[in-house]
Amino acid sequence: MSKPGALDRRLAVRELMVDRGDLLVVSGLGSSSYDLFAAGDHDGNFYLWGAMGGAAVMGLGLALAQPRRPVLVLTGDGEQLMGLGGFATIAAKKPGNLSIAVLDNGQYGETGMQRSHTGLGVDLHRIAAAAGIAAVEIRERAAIAGWRAELHKTSGGPRFATIRVAAENPERALPPRDGVFLKNRFRQYLGFAVT
Amino acid sequence: MRSFARAVRQAEGAGGASATTAAWPDAVYGVLKDAGIRQASYVPDAGHARLIERLHADAEIQTTVLTTEEEGIALAAGAWLGGQRSVLLMQSSGVGNCVNMLSLLGSCRFPLLTLVTMRGEWAEFNPWQVPMGRATPGVLEAMGVKVARVDQADEVAEAVSAASVLAFDSDQAVAVLLSQRLLGRKKWTGK
Repeated sequence: MSKPGALDRRLAVRELMVDRGDLLVVSGLGSSSYDLFAAGDHDGNFYLWGAMGGAAVMGLGLALAQPRRPVLVLTGDGEQLMGLGGFATIAAKKPGNLSIAVLDNGQYGETGMQRSHTGLGVDLHRIAAAAGIAAVEIRERAAIAGWRAELHKTSGGPRFATIRVAAENPERALPPRDGVFLKNRFRQYLGFAVT
Repeated sequence: MRSFARAVRQAEGAGGASATTAAWPDAVYGVLKDAGIRQASYVPDAGHARLIERLHADAEIQTTVLTTEEEGIALAAGAWLGGQRSVLLMQSSGVGNCVNMLSLLGSCRFPLLTLVTMRGEWAEFNPWQVPMGRATPGVLEAMGVKVARVDQADEVAEAVSAASVLAFDSDQAVAVLLSQRLLGRKKWTGK
């Protein structure tokens, strides 16, 4: 069974967001959205508060629509586990500008720290790799900086990383919950007028 | 209300043009092009076969095959975030797979245009299709999706055109249900 991670999830996401440039980010519901917001709010962030299992494929739709921009989906192990079929859909479509990072603490953190499938030995990066996605496992802060350079590329994807983080619930940092606001803000950032 | 038996006789008398030979899928393709659709996704259905072929053959439209229909809801939302209009094709059995994901559309007022081929109604031979076919319009409406049903081949293109305006100009989630009678009887293969 895989060893649980030791990385601080807030630190890991801050490290991932350094020099974000024109990176567009979709975050999965729960802690991943809090982590992204805590790393610095940005008009190019779209925080999900629901739609569990949909983050990665939402990132696919965005990546196909914006092929000249890098797109990152930042989500948790539980959220990704609900959308495993998305690995096949993304691998078949091969969007060069899409990267997916799963903050894997092996737990369903929002609901009382019940152990998840990854905490019971299932490796998401191995499932992603079997589907045909370039996938890595990250356990150390230094490796995040290395992968960060990859996710700014708009070709060579899709990419996937399991980032092993410690099972802890840091203080909540709550991004806006109004979906219409988040949608319009994001589209305006890309130059689409709100009509 | 017209009796089922009489309606069956009328359809048989009309020759029962199947979806693979009918003209309406090409007309729908033209409507989607005129509406500026740039992405399409689907879980296949025989009734959508011709339209899927046309979409795949179009280099200006990114067409994505899904493992489950709920992916198509998330994909459509992502496409819209990135400034593109999309269409989602599915069979009525797939509507049940979408329920929680449809909350994404309501929460963010994302547009959705989906074309749903119906099973479990006209000349259905598989009883397992009946429960979800019966529930399809109610499930969609319960999740805030506007539903338009089309029974006549010559009304499909106009219905899709109207649905696309409602979806993309009024930020609504819209489903066009294509009736099983319109699609024609499904042929058993290997017999």
